[in-house]
Amino acid sequence: MAETQGEIKYLIFLGCAIPYRVSAYELSTRKVMEKLGVKLEEMPEFNCCGVPMDPISHEMMLLLAARNLCMAERKGLNIMALCPGCTGALKKVNTMLKNDKNLREEINKHLKEDGLEFKGTIDVKHLIQVLNEDVGLEKIKTLVKKPLKGIKVAEHNGCHVLRPKEYMGFDDPEDPKILKTLIEVTGAECLDYMDESQCCGAPVAGVNDRIPLQLTKEKLAHIRDVGAQALITICPFCHMMFDTNQIRIERMFNEKFGIPTLHYPQLLGLALGMPPEELGFRELRVKPTELLKQLGFQGS
Amino acid sequence: MNEQDKSGQEKMGKQIIKASELDPKFKYEITQMHGGEKLLMCFQCGTCTSDCPVARYSDSYRPRQLIRMTQLGLKERILKSETLWLCAACFTCTDRCPQGVKVADVIRILKNLAIKEGYVPPVFKELASSILDNGYAYRIPELRIKKREQIGLPPLPKGNPESLAKILHGIELKKLLEKRGE
Repeated sequence: MAETQGEIKYLIFLGCAIPYRVSAYELSTRKVMEKLGVKLEEMPEFNCCGVPMDPISHEMMLLLAARNLCMAERKGLNIMALCPGCTGALKKVNTMLKNDKNLREEINKHLKEDGLEFKGTIDVKHLIQVLNEDVGLEKIKTLVKKPLKGIKVAEHNGCHVLRPKEYMGFDDPEDPKILKTLIEVTGAECLDYMDESQCCGAPVAGVNDRIPLQLTKEKLAHIRDVGAQALITICPFCHMMFDTNQIRIERMFNEKFGIPTLHYPQLLGLALGMPPEELGFRELRVKPTELLKQLGFQGS
Repeated sequence: MNEQDKSGQEKMGKQIIKASELDPKFKYEITQMHGGEKLLMCFQCGTCTSDCPVARYSDSYRPRQLIRMTQLGLKERILKSETLWLCAACFTCTDRCPQGVKVADVIRILKNLAIKEGYVPPVFKELASSILDNGYAYRIPELRIKKREQIGLPPLPKGNPESLAKILHGIELKKLLEKRGE
């Protein structure tokens, strides 16, 4: 119901981490979607998806997610989220409330306090799902102007775009394929590496500063060992672990990685013929200088 | 692995269990809650712990142990343990449990109960108060908001604290978070 005659239109759900620290992900997503003909509208009002509150109060998580779903229902548009955490919460709560009448009634009692009601009329997708299912690989392929031939990268999906399988289910968490396929459409090669779908540790960072860095370090080592020139992520938190924290990790463990970490839409943007400046490359901490040079971009 | 964590990293399961510590009703409290239904199905195979990314680098965080302690009713010991908060909620345990136990959900339930008992890691207080104040989990600096314009991004959607307060009425979140004996 949210689509009219082939036009792809979504409400873009930014979440909290992206506007706080990871604008390049948002910027590159908007640029790429425009090029691909996907129309994006802004959320009329915003509140946190609920995920960070789940450990405190499950009920609060349900209500925060449900309120966002109501906003989208009012607009009559499906949600496209960039952050896997937001995607997970919104998808899960949407499914729970659609299927569980008792829970829906309970949540609606609260929502009614501000004249809202969950009806169950919209869907929630992650960016890579929209690219894969709505835009489609064929269309992307035809728009690739500058195939990234000879570039070798690795991918890191992030847990919440894949798990729990019961609610996510659009890709196999034990052997995820969608992001890999989307990378290969750009012409770049996507390498396999050890423990590919393992967590980066970011969710623990609020209560422990050692374990997350060890987990990310282990992943960086595996990625370096297969000779990847860059890592591709689709999560603001994973990106902060791999990019923002990489220099800290190098110092802490006295090891050199130097692995630039790109948001997937940045990689796709290059293949669609956009220059790095338009895609927020300047925001990256670990500079992909060599990679860009190999692709014929100078001084970025 | 050299465990340097200062706190909660007591070896929870390596202490003598006294019968007086056990709350036999605790497990039924958990199975009543959403996500905790299959707690009693756990037969301690250890898939959760062996696949847990955090357990690799922690000497104390063991999901299998938390599940067993919950079944036994070691309520106090679990709820006051800081180890509980090391779960990354990556859901690998939940997805791989051969018995269908939603391990990560059980741990989330335990965290919710720990909060009710007043054990609140400070980070959650910050996140919650920011959400209640402006809708966002972080306080986004003015400079960031101005920079959005400069790089051609549209204005951020606004939060609605009044509406949030209305729909969260009855959750008593502030009371929950104030309990932290400070």
